[in-house]
Amino acid sequence: MSAESLVNQLKSGLDAPICLTWELTYACNLQCVHCLSSSGQRDPHELSTAEAKRVIDELRDLQVFYINIGGGEPMVRRDFFELVEYSVAQGIGVKFSTNGAFIDAEKARRLAGMDYLDIQISLDGVDAATNDAVRGAGSYDMARRAMDNLAAADFGPFKISVVVTRQNVPQLNQFKALADSYGAQLRVTRLRPSGRGVDSWDHLHPTNAQQREIYQWLMAHGEGVLTGDSFFHLNALGDPLPGLNMCGAGRVVCLIDPVGDVYACPFVIHDEFRAGNVRDPGGFSAVWKQSELFTSLREPQSAGACASCGAFDACQGGCMAAKFFTGLPLDGPDPECVGGDGEVALAELAAVPVLLKPRPAADHTKPDRRPVLT
Amino acid sequence: MSTDLLNDLLGRSLELHPQAAVRPEPFGALVYHYGNRRLVFLQHTDMVAVARALSQHATLADTLEACGVDQRRWPSFAKAFESLLNSDIVRERTTDER
Ligand SMILES: C[S@@+](CC[C@H](N)C(=O)[O-])C[C@H]1O[C@@H](n2cnc3c(N)ncnc32)[C@H](O)[C@@H]1O
Ligand code: SF4
Ligand code: SF4
Repeated sequence: MSAESLVNQLKSGLDAPICLTWELTYACNLQCVHCLSSSGQRDPHELSTAEAKRVIDELRDLQVFYINIGGGEPMVRRDFFELVEYSVAQGIGVKFSTNGAFIDAEKARRLAGMDYLDIQISLDGVDAATNDAVRGAGSYDMARRAMDNLAAADFGPFKISVVVTRQNVPQLNQFKALADSYGAQLRVTRLRPSGRGVDSWDHLHPTNAQQREIYQWLMAHGEGVLTGDSFFHLNALGDPLPGLNMCGAGRVVCLIDPVGDVYACPFVIHDEFRAGNVRDPGGFSAVWKQSELFTSLREPQSAGACASCGAFDACQGGCMAAKFFTGLPLDGPDPECVGGDGEVALAELAAVPVLLKPRPAADHTKPDRRPVLT
Repeated sequence: MSTDLLNDLLGRSLELHPQAAVRPEPFGALVYHYGNRRLVFLQHTDMVAVARALSQHATLADTLEACGVDQRRWPSFAKAFESLLNSDIVRERTTDER
């Protein structure tokens, strides 16, 4: 079977997700301007420990190999370690993403003692000025302290996870050097206009010239830098980047949010992409296998305005979330289309007098601390 | 693949790595290695049967034979198993372990 037919198979869906993100809480000590989940306050309807364990049991029965835990800040949940340990005991590996605030020396040692656990520390600038402009005052030091503690505890190769922005594209080499200095693995992913990112994306997303720079840089680093396969829209520039070249939403990817809502992907927290809830009869498994939304996402999608573009096979029209939250049609070019078609479409949209861009659902921003761009 | 390399692979005693888990899928199977975190797609349904039967037969060739895989397809299987060996999803079986 060729790579192409594998992609076609994957598009029609799998028996269980490959890449399942589970946001344990909307509570967060930070208020990043780009936060995809608009986190801040805890949601009173958050899944209880017992409910969370039932979800883990279900994932075990579905033979999910590992879960990506996020949030909010997952470590603020009091049962964080209990849930991670429970998951690993059920044979489900855990990768979790954190801003590092709660990884002190003692927690670092505890984490280092656990098997099948991967940690991603988020950092969006190689210096405090660049990072803190996005993630808030003090967040750079917080992340570095967590890295130092993990290194001191001999955790092994943790990951440093960077969302690529207009401001930090020139720092890619320095991020790599920083990761190397810790023996850590660098992960760079694409900024999406999701959550609070809806309002900051215009200011933060890389320019068209920078898209090329990112592509060249990723090509040069190959499999040595992780990307979560998030930059496939850049494949229109030439040879494909390593990894799966497709939008996995509802097909191989999905999100369980803190209140148990299941969305097609972590970047589309909006009613239109809500497939169901793990508390519904039939649980997560019924949502994954039978929901109307996921069934329709697994059907062949139209290439729409991209059909006449020679690069469509390479870039697949890009990211559904990026199109949706910038107000573009889902069957047209990505807003960051390297051919420039997205920019044209965005400009046309801006010319329309009443602009109805969709707003993300579930805003948990702390009202007194709504972040402002500086 | 050269004939030498092919014969070498076919003659090896292999087994699935104990830390690798196989999940059947409509297209074949997904294999995940909990140790090195590699995820591999097995793109034939009979690859799954072969991978699971490896440890019950002396060599890869014997396994292919036992699973009823047509000889003409052996080179493509050998190639697939070469990459599984490289990612440590499948490993060399040492006789003293059995
Ligand atoms: C939402 S956070 C949750 C876990 C934890 N609070 C943290 O910051 O790592 C998970 C990851 O998503 C990244 N992220 C946040 N907003 C994003 C956006 N709009 N596009 C892409 N990634 C984003 C964060 O930087 C972080 O690396
Ligand atoms: S991205 Fe920032 S605001 Fe959002 S959950 Fe992570 S640390 Fe909190
Ligand atoms: S919507 Fe975008 S982020 Fe989500 S799976 Fe598709 S391409 Fe990836």
